[in-house]
Amino acid sequence: MTTTTHTRTAALALGDDALVLSHRLGEWMGHAPVLEEEVALGNIALDLLGQARILLSMAGDEDELAYLREERAFRNLQLVEQPNGDFAHTIVRQLYFSTYQHLLYGRLAATEGPFAGLAAKAVKEVAYHRDHAEQWTLRLGDGTEESHGRTQVACTALWRFTGEMFRPVDGLGLDPAELEPAWLESVRGVLKRAGLAVPEGPRTGAWSAGAGREGLHTESFGRMLAEMQHLHRSHPGASW
Amino acid sequence: MATAAAHQTARTQPHTGQSGGAADDEAFARVFDATVAADERIEPRDWMPDAYRATLVRQIAQHAHSEIIGMQPEANWITRAPSLRRKAILMAKVQDEAGHGLYLYSAAETLGASREELLDKLHSGRQKYSSIFNYPTLTWADVGAIGWLVDGAAITNQVPLCRCSYGPYARAMVRVCKEESFHQRQGYELLLALSRGTPEQHAMAQDAVDRWWWPSLMMFGPPDDESAHSAQSMAWKIKRHSNDELRRRFVDICVPQAASLGLTLPDPDLKWNEERGHHDFGAIDWTEFKEVLKGNGPCNEQRITQRRRAHDEGAWVREAAAAYAAKHSSGTEVEQA
Repeated sequence: MTTTTHTRTAALALGDDALVLSHRLGEWMGHAPVLEEEVALGNIALDLLGQARILLSMAGDEDELAYLREERAFRNLQLVEQPNGDFAHTIVRQLYFSTYQHLLYGRLAATEGPFAGLAAKAVKEVAYHRDHAEQWTLRLGDGTEESHGRTQVACTALWRFTGEMFRPVDGLGLDPAELEPAWLESVRGVLKRAGLAVPEGPRTGAWSAGAGREGLHTESFGRMLAEMQHLHRSHPGASW
Repeated sequence: MATAAAHQTARTQPHTGQSGGAADDEAFARVFDATVAADERIEPRDWMPDAYRATLVRQIAQHAHSEIIGMQPEANWITRAPSLRRKAILMAKVQDEAGHGLYLYSAAETLGASREELLDKLHSGRQKYSSIFNYPTLTWADVGAIGWLVDGAAITNQVPLCRCSYGPYARAMVRVCKEESFHQRQGYELLLALSRGTPEQHAMAQDAVDRWWWPSLMMFGPPDDESAHSAQSMAWKIKRHSNDELRRRFVDICVPQAASLGLTLPDPDLKWNEERGHHDFGAIDWTEFKEVLKGNGPCNEQRITQRRRAHDEGAWVREAAAAYAAKHSSGTEVEQA
């Protein structure tokens, strides 16, 4: 195996993002507002889980990494671990993240680094995720008064977690800060078309900057892991 | 081609909605009977007896409802699946079920029902779903038992429906059965891994099979002498085999599979009957079956409450989508009108 420590660090960061967001989307199954969204959210969750499995396998054993690390060893962004909230929260989280992921994979696919192969495959999936999130942001923002209000609340509530996406990641082969202008332009554009105010609050702060990548998470994350890992941890060494 | 077209015209109900009178209805009925007798398909615009239409709407809707209620017992384990591979398989399966629900509601809509109206009947308890989904998934092994036994029973029931006389239903079943048989193999493979795993895993698998075996046999419906709709459905070729016949077939398939899984089936009376060429098996607890159908099973209340909640809490999302569509397509609609 030629995976360097640096590559491993980056693989864990991207892999944990995909794993954790996939888990959150999986929580929607059986609860979505329309059947079409059961299919769509399930589809996105599956794509992300597929990405997570490849990335975690680059860093070690996928199941050991997913099921036997504790909260402080996870490297995902705080954004993706945020609880689903209402459908607007889920969609805005998806908008913020899939816009980032689409830009990131687009760039990585053009490199010759260790993530180029994965990125070339995944960029097609995340283009679909991004489109899905943008279309729903427009429908919700420009739908009814209620949907507009809920979506505005979600945009503002999640805004504070978006700065972290552009912090450097060791071994990634590019500086995520380079993606920030395009991300801002794209997200602002979608929010404006949806008739939503672009949040003005800070996108990073001493309390959050880069924290997820360093294993500092928000409170709900530990509970999510407890549920995810319980069965696997109850049967040490078993195969499934 | 000309003959087929002429035949099609003869079968097609007038679009005007005007009754053509008793003589015309009789002629349409003769064409309908001949089509069914010739094992050809009835299509949405063909004339059909009102009772045939009503039976199909009821059956297809309840089948669709079963797919979407059936997501719940399995989705219950998505967040706890013990490996990423199993988690991916389970998510894909639950997603397939939502897709089956969509095909089936579309098939029901070809008969003039609307999805909205059918969901409303589900939520208000006026239409049912399969009794099996009123049982809880208590351990991870239940996911395997559902795949092997519940999907296995569903396939035994549904494969003959691929030849059902109503075209849209038959075609939906072809697609559904392909995916179901994949799910069934995955469930079997999950149980096999547990059965061959640690003693705790083996015990978990056996316990799940013990709890799901009898409810799976109930999926074929009441015994033939108590089945209200069977005779008519068979005459119309909606149904091809009797409940008891399919149940027998299912038991015969499961017995050797259980043996190769290294698991037992919880029925002391189960044994091969050389004379009949089938397995004999113990008596089903029809009282339990009736209670579950009446709404008194372990999860009836929970399943329908979750379904209603998802629907009610999603109302603002559907309203937003409708409002957005109205705003952004009104121009086009005016032109088209």
